[in-house]
Amino acid sequence: MNDKHSTTILSVQGLRASINGTAILKGIDLTVKSGEIHAIMGLNGSGKSTFAKVLAGHSAYEVTGGSIQFEGKNLLELPPEERARAGLFLAFQYPIEIPGVANTQFLRLAYNTVQTQRGKEELDPLEFDDFVREKMKLLDMKPDFLDRSVNEGFSGGEKKRNEILQMALLEPKLSILDETDSGLDIDALKIVANGVNQIANKNNAMILVTHYQRLLDYIVPDFVHVMQAGSIVMTGGKELALELETRGYDWINANKQSVAGVIA
Amino acid sequence: MSAVLQSLVNQPYKHGFVTEIESDIAPKGLNEETIRLISTKKNEPEWLLSFRLKAYQKWLTMTAPEWQNVHYPKIDFQAISYYSAPKPKKKLASMDEVDPELLRTFEKLGVPMHERAALAGVAVDVIFDSVSVATTYKEKLAEVGIIFCSISEAVQNHPELIQKYLGSVVPVGDNYFAALNSAVFTDGSFCFIPKGVKCPMDLSTYFRINTEGSGQFERTLIIAEEGASVSYLEGCTAPRFDTNQLHAAVVELIALDNADIKYSTVQNWYAGDENGVGGIYNFVTKRGLAKGVNSRISWTQVETGSAITWKYPSCILRGDNSVGEFYSVAVTNNYQQADTGTKMIHLGKNTRSTIVSKGISSGHSNSSYRGLVRITPTAENARNYSQCDSMLIGDQCGAHTFPYIQVHNNSAKVEHEASTSKIGEDQLFYFSQRGIDAEEAVSMIINGFCKDVFQQLPMEFAVEATKLLSFKLEGSVG
Repeated sequence: MNDKHSTTILSVQGLRASINGTAILKGIDLTVKSGEIHAIMGLNGSGKSTFAKVLAGHSAYEVTGGSIQFEGKNLLELPPEERARAGLFLAFQYPIEIPGVANTQFLRLAYNTVQTQRGKEELDPLEFDDFVREKMKLLDMKPDFLDRSVNEGFSGGEKKRNEILQMALLEPKLSILDETDSGLDIDALKIVANGVNQIANKNNAMILVTHYQRLLDYIVPDFVHVMQAGSIVMTGGKELALELETRGYDWINANKQSVAGVIA
Repeated sequence: MSAVLQSLVNQPYKHGFVTEIESDIAPKGLNEETIRLISTKKNEPEWLLSFRLKAYQKWLTMTAPEWQNVHYPKIDFQAISYYSAPKPKKKLASMDEVDPELLRTFEKLGVPMHERAALAGVAVDVIFDSVSVATTYKEKLAEVGIIFCSISEAVQNHPELIQKYLGSVVPVGDNYFAALNSAVFTDGSFCFIPKGVKCPMDLSTYFRINTEGSGQFERTLIIAEEGASVSYLEGCTAPRFDTNQLHAAVVELIALDNADIKYSTVQNWYAGDENGVGGIYNFVTKRGLAKGVNSRISWTQVETGSAITWKYPSCILRGDNSVGEFYSVAVTNNYQQADTGTKMIHLGKNTRSTIVSKGISSGHSNSSYRGLVRITPTAENARNYSQCDSMLIGDQCGAHTFPYIQVHNNSAKVEHEASTSKIGEDQLFYFSQRGIDAEEAVSMIINGFCKDVFQQLPMEFAVEATKLLSFKLEGSVG
């Protein structure tokens, strides 16, 4: 990690955003380089999921200040689908159900859209079937999953695995995993984490948004950021997550000046 | 062009019908004289004239129905020219003269080149291919005794069949618009499948070159004798830029013992512009009589066009063990209105019916499902399953369901399921986060929603219907 060949993938400066006139993000700064895994931790309502959605371009949020550069592009000028095609991926906290649309159909359309963007060949349904089945092994998924409607009637674990499968297919530059660990039992968590670890490499980067340290036992971050009331109040290494786990978020309030100062 | 080809391509003019009209358009207005004129011009037998006059007399005593959930200004029936109804399309010399908007539509729908020319009304030498194809099929069909021709031809060549069956399912006084049609219909399709014959191919109006002339008041009659079966495809997916305001057709199907009729429609008549100006009023009476034992009538419709669609393709299940089916997708956009559904009338024992209706509304449009399931006292062990799903796109549109269920026999089993869903922002965001734009997302969601109905369509039609829906809803989101 942090080798001198790494390049900046994401650069967020002074990002502010609101929903229905209520300010949620109040000046976020974050730089993510290739090969890095960042964890963003914080209590419910601290703004970490909002941050994930704003990066992906959810229309419910209004960006009121700051800038986001993604691979040298001004991300704020791009609609969500172009952000996705440019290599930004969001694994949803609550993956959406789409009745009547078969998973395989959905996955292939998403895959081919991104392939086309990258100037590569599209796959026909048969080729895609072979390709996706290979990727599914990574996540220990049953073949019947392909014929089911997107996320409809999926268990929590199946939905999250489906998100990671999409990530594996689309090979994004930057993956944002929004509370991917929530609602997973320990076996499912291991499978998902294993999938993520196999996808992570020195050319891409990840942001893990999570409430708990648990996920970080399996996916080891290079940086841990603590978010509170819409801004990042503390940044540290992986040990910061453990510190939070034992001492709780209240500890941050008492120590954020000094500790943040020390680590910075 | 050789003489043979000449005669082939001129086939629609065979009865001197079209040329005569051009020089001889009847004055506007509807009266007995108009009807006599139509009948005389078409060289019809006396009984058909009385059929028309009887219908006209009925019509005079009736008033336009007002119970439906659609709104439109009163139609002035005296302002319509009835004899010019099947007016010939202006023939264009080349594809360059065709409305570019129409070409764009064909492009989107992937209509083959020679069909595009035919549909746009380009001169016959260009459509020569499809004409010869049509003729070949017609000869093949004749070999097994199938009659497939315009209803005008059938009146001349098979009067006994017409006299026996015309009006036997939809009587002349059945309803206001059916009565009007019975009085003034000018052309349409006739199809007769003799005993024991399984029609070897889907019969499509594509293949019947005379179709182009049939106008506002179409009349279709399909008869499947004992053990016969046929799949009939009506209309095409290309929009008809027709300025006619009223389209009042009547379709009658008759299935004898063990016969099977499958009738598929993809309707995309002009729907008016985005402000709701113009467009066709599609007021159609369609009814099938499952007359014989074990007979089956199946309606599948994809209704995307017309300013107002108002129709209820129905099944009268008279034969014991007969089966009625209705699969429908109705899409409305802008200011379109649709009030459509079916009637399943169970008379025979062990009769079964299935209704699957999918309504999609967007823009300022309104879509209603209206259906009647009637189990009469004689219908022992009748079964019905109905499923009515509505989908809303945006928040200015409406979806309504009016199911009528009348059960007069205790052995009946009737099930009704209904649902309403909305294409949500969150669904669209999910798609867009995977790089898929809103148009494609909506098209995929809609096609998923309509899957149960599209599966019933013949393969080629299903592909076109899918494309048509995406095209139709283009610009409705995002």
